[in-house]
Amino acid sequence: MKPAPFDYRRPGTLSEAIAALAGEPDAKVLAGGQSLVPLLSMRLAAPSLLVDINGLPGLDTIEVTGEGDEPGVRVGALARHAAVLASDDVRRVQPLVPLALADVAHATIRNRGTTVGSIVHADAAAEMPVVLTLLGGSVEVEGPSGRRTIPADELYVGPLESSVGHDEIAVAAFFPALRPGAGVGFEEIARRHGDYALVGAAALVEGESVRVGFLSVSDVPTVVDLSGVADDELGDAALAQLEPMDDIHATAAYRSQLVRVLTTRVVRSAQEMAREGM
Amino acid sequence: MTTKLMGQGVKRVEDQRFLRGQGRYVDDVAIGSDTLHAAVLRSPHAHARILDIDVADVLDVEGVHAVYTYDDLTGPMAEPLPLLIPHPALTHGRTQYALAKDEVNYVGEAIAFVVAEDRYVAEDAVSRIRVDYEFLTPVVGVDAARAATALVHEDVPGNVGARLEQSVGDAVTAIANAPHRLELDLTIERSACMPMEGRGTVARWDPDINRLQVWTSTQSSTGVRAAVAVKMGLDLGQVDVITPDVGGGFGVKINHPWPEELLVPLAARALGRTVKFTEDRREHFISSAHERGQVQHIEVGFDDDGRLHGLDVEFWHDHGAFTPYGLIVPIITSTQLLGPYKPQNYRVVFESLYTNTVMVTPYRGAGRPQGCFAMERTMDAIAAYLGKDRADVRALNFIQPDEFPYDQGLIFQDGRELEYDSGDYPASLEKLKELVGWDEFPAFKAEMAAQGRQVGIGLACYVEGTGVGPYEGAHVHVETSGKVKVATGLTTQGQGHATVFAQLVADELGVKFEDVEVVTGDTRRMPYAVGTFASRAAVMSGSAIHLAAKRTREKVLKIAAEALEADENDLEIVDGVVSVKGSPGNSIDLGTVSVLSNPLRYAFDEKSRAATQFSIGDPGKPPVAEDEEPGLEGKDFYSPERATFASGMHAVIVETDPLTAEITILKYAVVHDCGHLINPMIVEGQIHGGVAQGVGGALYERMAYDESGQLLNASFMDFLMPYVTEIPDGIDIDHLETPSPLNPLGIKGAGEAGVIPSAAVFAAAIEDAEGLTITAMPISPSELYTLRQEHS
Ligand SMILES: Cc1cc2nc3c(=O)[nH]c(=O)nc-3n(C[C@H](O)[C@H](O)[C@H](O)COP(=O)(O)OP(=O)(O)OC[C@H]3O[C@@H](n4cnc5c(N)ncnc54)[C@H](O)[C@@H]3O)c2cc1C
Repeated sequence: MKPAPFDYRRPGTLSEAIAALAGEPDAKVLAGGQSLVPLLSMRLAAPSLLVDINGLPGLDTIEVTGEGDEPGVRVGALARHAAVLASDDVRRVQPLVPLALADVAHATIRNRGTTVGSIVHADAAAEMPVVLTLLGGSVEVEGPSGRRTIPADELYVGPLESSVGHDEIAVAAFFPALRPGAGVGFEEIARRHGDYALVGAAALVEGESVRVGFLSVSDVPTVVDLSGVADDELGDAALAQLEPMDDIHATAAYRSQLVRVLTTRVVRSAQEMAREGM
Repeated sequence: MTTKLMGQGVKRVEDQRFLRGQGRYVDDVAIGSDTLHAAVLRSPHAHARILDIDVADVLDVEGVHAVYTYDDLTGPMAEPLPLLIPHPALTHGRTQYALAKDEVNYVGEAIAFVVAEDRYVAEDAVSRIRVDYEFLTPVVGVDAARAATALVHEDVPGNVGARLEQSVGDAVTAIANAPHRLELDLTIERSACMPMEGRGTVARWDPDINRLQVWTSTQSSTGVRAAVAVKMGLDLGQVDVITPDVGGGFGVKINHPWPEELLVPLAARALGRTVKFTEDRREHFISSAHERGQVQHIEVGFDDDGRLHGLDVEFWHDHGAFTPYGLIVPIITSTQLLGPYKPQNYRVVFESLYTNTVMVTPYRGAGRPQGCFAMERTMDAIAAYLGKDRADVRALNFIQPDEFPYDQGLIFQDGRELEYDSGDYPASLEKLKELVGWDEFPAFKAEMAAQGRQVGIGLACYVEGTGVGPYEGAHVHVETSGKVKVATGLTTQGQGHATVFAQLVADELGVKFEDVEVVTGDTRRMPYAVGTFASRAAVMSGSAIHLAAKRTREKVLKIAAEALEADENDLEIVDGVVSVKGSPGNSIDLGTVSVLSNPLRYAFDEKSRAATQFSIGDPGKPPVAEDEEPGLEGKDFYSPERATFASGMHAVIVETDPLTAEITILKYAVVHDCGHLINPMIVEGQIHGGVAQGVGGALYERMAYDESGQLLNASFMDFLMPYVTEIPDGIDIDHLETPSPLNPLGIKGAGEAGVIPSAAVFAAAIEDAEGLTITAMPISPSELYTLRQEHS
């Protein structure tokens, strides 16, 4: 379990980092390393160059936006899961983020892993990609031809595959604020505390609109619209739009049952939050 | 008088080191640029013929020192690895070669061994070796093995390595004539030992003195020493094996020699360099050993009260691709299955079957969890059939306290009679019922049901043969400083031996606990030993140490009596000082006694002057008397007639979620009887660890092989070893102390007990909560959900 040989660069500026990526088609960005390093060690990935972005200045920010911009929180590429989870601003502006982050891995991994890294790693079993998709957030990336913003619904193109270019660095993720009178809910079921979920569900209720995002159900983060569905039909209505998979931990039938149970639960909590205010 | 340490929860002397990161494991040995590192090319296929191995590309890799394949092995090294425990019923025993010869039989089997500057380069080189395979049909799982449409080894018909039958009375007739009969078909899946430290070996050859030093993470340093000597054509005296701290064993490290334990010394000698191999986690999954997989068929006959008339058990044991450890696991299942019960008539037959999977050798519990599962599921089935209380049916079939020694009439794993030495099962059951609230449970269940919650309770009983022979030895040496050095040859994997053995010596010798230092698993210090397995260390080495300390004490008293001009019987030893009872001023410390025990020609310090030729001894007699030896030492061995039988009972209360089928543990209770307790805290620690592993085996862990023999979950991401968050918050423990008559301390083993009843006890509790029959373990929420669907 030792990685194949690779070169390593730790640039001090974003432009140097982008240039390093652009010059090497097999290069990879190294952020918290919590997904990439295991892949390297098991030789499931063998990039020729690692561009370590941990030395780039100003990327560990967590900012509340508004004042002319869309209200929400902007999380920098080097903000660790733990910092985002601990942020009162994030909790106030978009409570779904900490609700879901609490179920991301274990404390030691959250201390190093980055929220943006998790979003661009595009694992359909991960919490943050679903949260971003459900909230209609976006990722800001910078490459040789400048900066662009990728909306969440254009970000996930396939299993572990995002539309971030190989020579682009995601500099921040944007989570829109929870609107007044709206509510969110999150719940997942994992085999062990802190594991990737067998099924997870996140709900966003805004007025008549009821939407639920699912993790570990399909091979990309999936959001279904359940607006107007009766309470006792939520689960089945969600299932009608999903095709849960079998794996060694759960049958598709069991995942379907969890979809039914969790859909009902997260919509109920989101509705409660919407009613009571947070 | 010093208080006795036996029975006290003395804090572990090991923990300061371990908790401060100062443990020294094999991988910590020989750190430096001089050491070369090995990596192994392992088979990616479960069953294939090797047509060609091309290593040409490897030799170009900078930093590679050597590549070995089977063709490079000669003499005994080229023979199959030893079959450690032959048995007449093992008619078709097979062991692998250190490096695969012509054929591979499981994913993970070693094919080539690369030695390089570091492990990175070694792995780079491994990835450049090209092997041509001709694929053969893989045999995976008991069903495929039994069907035998494909064979694992061409010359093993039916994939059957062994078939063994034992019986007492006439079970078939007794069942046929019994008032009631039941049949059960049960399955239990594979899991494995998962020590934090995997396997590892370092070797260094000294050409000047033709001597090999090996450090290895093993449960038997003397075993590895003998194996290395044989395979390398060396005398035992040329090989030292040292086992430093071991980060867990749980059984897997009792199998030996592993291919790497031979290849590392081979390379070290050939290259004249220190060579190290450190197994990684994936390797541990696919190239160490697994256990537990069995399919069982049970027929039982009983009367209206639930009393057994006859028990007929047939089971199929999946032993993987090879049988280096003989039939130990299935023999233990077949004999220990009986637990605390009298079956009246018993017949058991098993087939031990080859499959193209990692081989099976003992894992903590070693076949007992499967046996306990068979017996306890049967007890529950009888109770359910008769509508009787599950505890009552068990109690009715117990061996009674006045029936010991009780001969079950079978031959146990050590080739000796299965004769229980002592126990008190009715008392244990009473304690357990009290501890878990057995009688109050129905009310609790009803109360929970009223809230829409489902709970269930289960219990399971076991008897564990511990402390099997052949022997262990000990050497106790009192230094001239008064410190006591103790050596025993078996190894230690974190159990706390340095603590409990020091307790025994401090008690017997009358020295301070802090002055005793224990060394284990170093063949330079104690070359005669067997190993640490079968819950035997306390019983075997503990007894030997006690005896050796006793001998040392005798010598102390003899020398001190002479020095103090007193009668031996008037002396006492307290805190390392020998004094005449009643006149404490008349005393001599053990360090001085040690000086006096060794007549000297030369003085090295003030203290040793006392032992020089013009200071001591009767000039008319030889300085060392005819039947004496110089030095304050005592050595002894302990070799029991047979195993001593510990016992225990567990109960668990679980809650199952009506919607998600999640299983939550509400309460876990253990009553344990390992005879006299040397250190209750350590025994409880063993129970906690065992229960934790049991929870893993019952609810989380399995080896997910696909039909082509690929292990799909060979990482801690997918092999669900429980975290501390999955283990019951508190485990209620009560002890019973029924002494063993077989050893001087009245003790029994405690190492494996915690894990034995888990599959049985969880199956029982989940069954009780759900009202549906559980026949296969482990069980996940997904599987429980499937069962509900099938049932509804
Ligand atoms: C034991 C364990 C359990 C875990 N459990 C969970 C869990 O339950 N849920 C969960 O969501 N995650 C889990 N994770 C993963 C964890 O959240 C990771 O930290 C996260 O997925 C990736 O973030 P990172 O900063 O570590 O990224 P890295 O590992 O450094 O990178 C991951 C990938 O993203 C790319 N990348 C990272 N940052 C950027 C960037 N700024 N721009 C462009 N590309 C980038 C890298 O090139 C790489 O391909 C677990 C990890 C471990 C080890």
